Amino acid sequence: MSVRRLADEQPANFEFTPENLVWVEAQIAKYPEGRQASAVIPLLWQAQKQHNYWLPKPAIEKVAEMLDMPFIRVLEVATFYTMFNLEPVGRFFIQMCGTTPCMLRGSDDIKAVLQRRVGEQRKVSADGNFCWLEVECLGACCNAPMVQINDDYYEDLSAQNFETLLDDLAAGRPVHIGSQTGRSTSEPAGGLTSLTSFYGADGHSGPASATSKS
Amino acid sequence: MLDDKDRIFTNLYGFGDWRLRGAQSRGAWDNTKGLIEKGKDWIIEEMKASGLRGRGGAGFPTGLKWSFMPKPDPARPSYLVVNADESEPGTCKDREIMRNDPHLLIEGCMIASFAMGAHACYIYLRGEYILERERLQAAVEECYAANLVGKNNANGWPFDIYVHHGAGAYICGEETALLESLEGKKGMPRLKPPFPANMGLYGCPTTVNNVESIAVAPTILRRGASWFAGFGAKNNTGTKLFCISGHVNTPCNVEEAMSITFRELIDRHCGGIRGGWDNLLAVIPGGSSVPCVPAHEIADAAMDFDTLRGLKSGLGTAAVIVLDKSTDIVRAITRISYFYKHESCGQCTPCREGTGWMWRVLTRMCEGRAQKREIDMLLEVSMQIEGHTICALGDAAAWPVQGLIRHFRHEIEKRIDDYAANPHSDPVLPFGVAAE
Repeated sequence: MSVRRLADEQPANFEFTPENLVWVEAQIAKYPEGRQASAVIPLLWQAQKQHNYWLPKPAIEKVAEMLDMPFIRVLEVATFYTMFNLEPVGRFFIQMCGTTPCMLRGSDDIKAVLQRRVGEQRKVSADGNFCWLEVECLGACCNAPMVQINDDYYEDLSAQNFETLLDDLAAGRPVHIGSQTGRSTSEPAGGLTSLTSFYGADGHSGPASATSKS
Repeated sequence: MLDDKDRIFTNLYGFGDWRLRGAQSRGAWDNTKGLIEKGKDWIIEEMKASGLRGRGGAGFPTGLKWSFMPKPDPARPSYLVVNADESEPGTCKDREIMRNDPHLLIEGCMIASFAMGAHACYIYLRGEYILERERLQAAVEECYAANLVGKNNANGWPFDIYVHHGAGAYICGEETALLESLEGKKGMPRLKPPFPANMGLYGCPTTVNNVESIAVAPTILRRGASWFAGFGAKNNTGTKLFCISGHVNTPCNVEEAMSITFRELIDRHCGGIRGGWDNLLAVIPGGSSVPCVPAHEIADAAMDFDTLRGLKSGLGTAAVIVLDKSTDIVRAITRISYFYKHESCGQCTPCREGTGWMWRVLTRMCEGRAQKREIDMLLEVSMQIEGHTICALGDAAAWPVQGLIRHFRHEIEKRIDDYAANPHSDPVLPFGVAAE
């Protein structure tokens, strides 16, 4: 539980882009007639994505209007769910997992890097690039420690490779999503211990290995 | 050790093709129509005979759960809801299913929906799993295009499947909170009864199942209940995805037979404990909500529901968090306590107030800035939370603390003694996340 309030400064209005409007209609159609309120989280999420990863009050009002819900019902959803950022965040919004499995694998080091480079939590860095937040378990524990930056997971971090990652992001260089130490997903590092008859010990040499990973 | 031929999740690591064609080459969607033609009673009996227990943590028999659904009533359609809100610290198995083998899940949804007379299924993913959601959605679209699902599909059971998502609330992994969230409300658990099988989504009969429970169903039905029941100890049958994190040399997800010993699991797949077996301090064997088990009790224990319950812990989601002797165990549990404080929905007073209270006391105890009588007070408060809330989050917050006191009271007392010998008036070290 935490106290979450709307930002002091709000834009005057919010409209979904035409492409997003099409998307929104498709979402509402997933639910039975009269149950369009079910689409509230996907709609708020899309609004947040369209609005530089934070959710302004006019967007909440817009969603309430589109779903025929009272404003307060949508506001309570927006404040209850912690993925809705109610205040502006940087160009790269970093959510650092600090829960025990990540803590055991060194998330304190990652946190120290963020504190040194970006500063306080929830404050956008001076160049507008970064904003960070310690969050609860993001569900990538076999690849701890990890962070989520905007939509993507970056895993198997160390202070060094995380610094490199931040440098690359800030400079606009391409980065590798997922493991930063070359693992495919959550297989044991250094060679498979199961499924070798399908994929070989390295994952790429077995009869079922995909020729190109996508 | 489980042979590759007996593994259900044959693309667990994503080295193969996740798309429909790849999944079909691994056996998914093979004669699904034939399974459906055998009838719902056959499916439910096979599931019961396989001994599959729900993989979401509670371990309730899946076949039995499916059989609770009432007879179809046109005025109140039945729903299958798949709980993919995987948020229990330590758990990252469903993620691999959804991004690497999504068709196993979709086929499972089809069969489970048929068995319980549902024509619609919602899969509720946690909001953070964005890539996984896109993957699953793409797989669903492939199935619609191939006419495997849909109103007039080739398998003969009209069935629609939808991917839905949350937005970062752990509590939505509780089944009734998930239904509230799916209806567009705050994720606050409902009082039971009525149970979801009678009054679930939109007031209609609903069954909520974990991703892994659903995804194993087609393979169980194809290969037979006795095949699945052949693994593991009595009442703890089957294969299971284990997520091993923490202080092992190579943390990983792996599918193994139930009742494998902890030692074999770690030595075979995780390269052993960091620093060797003598360096093992304790293990949290089933996700953060189960009590920790000290090294000497867990080392040769079988990893299954009943054995771990005998050790006053639980298999939970089989998220094995390994702690070696370098761990500050009090801090590790305090961090879990913070997690529950953060994730409490605030509906029930014992949980809303109690989780924060436990976290604050533990924060002081990390430094030894407490009285020894407070240890018993903490235990007492945890008992007051446990069992006194609508949902199990209160229990989940209390158990790790109880496990800490049960096995590591000496460590807390030592810190209190150390601090008492050298007291100071510096502020208590802030721990956890920004002040709230």
